[in-house]
Amino acid sequence: MTSLAPPLAKPARAAFGRKGADALLFAILFVLLWQGAHELAGEQGLASPRVTVLRAGELLGSAAFWQHAGATGIAFLYALAVALAGGLGIGLALGYFRLAGDVFEPIVGAIYSIPKITLYPIILLVFGLTLSAKVAFGALHGIFPMIIFTMSGVKTVKPVFLKTARVLRLSPLAAIRAILLPAALPEIFTGFRIGFSLTLLGTLIGELFASDRGLGFMLIRGIEHSDAATILALTLLLFTVSALAGWALLRLDRRLRRYQQASAPAV
Amino acid sequence: MTRRQLVVWLRLAFLFGAAGALEILCRTGRIPRLTMIPPSEMVEHLAAALAGGKFTADIVFTFANIGAAAAISIVLGAALGLGIHALPRLRRVVDPMLASYYSVPTFVFYPLLIVLFGLTRWPLVAIGALFGVVAMILNTIAGLDRVPRALAKTARVLRLGPWATVWRIKLPAAAPSLFTGVKLAVTYSVIGVIAGEFILSVAGLGRQIKFAYDSLDNGTMYALLLFVLTATVLVYFLVHGWERRVHRRWTAS
Repeated sequence: MTSLAPPLAKPARAAFGRKGADALLFAILFVLLWQGAHELAGEQGLASPRVTVLRAGELLGSAAFWQHAGATGIAFLYALAVALAGGLGIGLALGYFRLAGDVFEPIVGAIYSIPKITLYPIILLVFGLTLSAKVAFGALHGIFPMIIFTMSGVKTVKPVFLKTARVLRLSPLAAIRAILLPAALPEIFTGFRIGFSLTLLGTLIGELFASDRGLGFMLIRGIEHSDAATILALTLLLFTVSALAGWALLRLDRRLRRYQQASAPAV
Repeated sequence: MTRRQLVVWLRLAFLFGAAGALEILCRTGRIPRLTMIPPSEMVEHLAAALAGGKFTADIVFTFANIGAAAAISIVLGAALGLGIHALPRLRRVVDPMLASYYSVPTFVFYPLLIVLFGLTRWPLVAIGALFGVVAMILNTIAGLDRVPRALAKTARVLRLGPWATVWRIKLPAAAPSLFTGVKLAVTYSVIGVIAGEFILSVAGLGRQIKFAYDSLDNGTMYALLLFVLTATVLVYFLVHGWERRVHRRWTAS
């Protein structure tokens, strides 16, 4: 740093205060827009912010809501476990064996880009109306980003590291555990972050179509009864929870990347 | 045989092998007909359906919606990206929202859109655009962040106006990122529109697949599934190849 560099330590509190004020301004603007849209669409179309928040509070206080949320949560966790295990396994293999990686990379990318919702009938025909169908559908959404990011993470590991593994005569398993996994961890985590949200999306969509419980089921029942307040309250709750989870994962992700950049030896 | 050729041959062998295995499993009854029909029959059904022109209107409907959604998300996304990049205060506020946008199941807004626009094609266009626009915004901002300082200075030295600076300096310099944005916006528009049709719609390929499924018409369902998957994979490779060519040209010059 030369003396020409701008002073780094701005008065942190003032900066935070202004950011807070900006965020508040933005939130107020958002609520006003929402209210305006409500006036345009009417009570049947778009519930007002006040009604929505009240309904959300009501839902949070009801036992039925928590039963549905629990059903979604269990399906989501199973799906996430399947997606993570499968994504890591396949991604590591495709990254480690270059030829296999080159053969399958465009196939995986193409499957990632298709609207997986259209595969729902097949899943239903295979699994029936069961928890397995929801789990399979969630995992189907989440596994591909995990494969893609793990594969690219393993592929971009510095050749020096792999040579070190050979010099130390590590077995393939030991090389994966001690060298490949730690070196590719930031990429893998990015894949996990994207896979996390897609798995949630997949689980919810699965419940929309064919389920008798879960938040997706509550949502579709709200649509059928044109219960605008419940639809919007559920949307608000889902949005808040998944945005918070996404934001927390993103912060971890950025920290991992910074940590790796800082600790990487200058080659 | 070069390695490149070997890779392509192995890939083809895998794809045909998988299709063949599926064919055998279906023909021998290991996979019951109620679950899946043999791939060869899917192709026959698809050829018959396409030749009969039964689904032409739905195909046009779906692809017109995808085109509109992609166009809206690309133009709007680039404009919003430019605007957000130019206003650091706004950017600080919306940054965390943009970053966590794709962790939110956007489809929860689809019922709302139906209420707002009615049961027409517009909620479909809107959900496709909603799905694609943020990818375009994020990539526009990322591209503008990478415009070299020297170029911005050049614009000032040449006394270009704000529009000329955007049009002649910033957008061209951010082009590689913009193309990545376009690729994602197109892919997401496809997913958004077809998924929307699947949930609730008056017409379109997604609706026809769901309708065939509900009426246990496996022949039509698998034929249309095959069509949608082939079409989206084709779009994917077109946009992907185009993006790669652009990137190569940029890094070469």
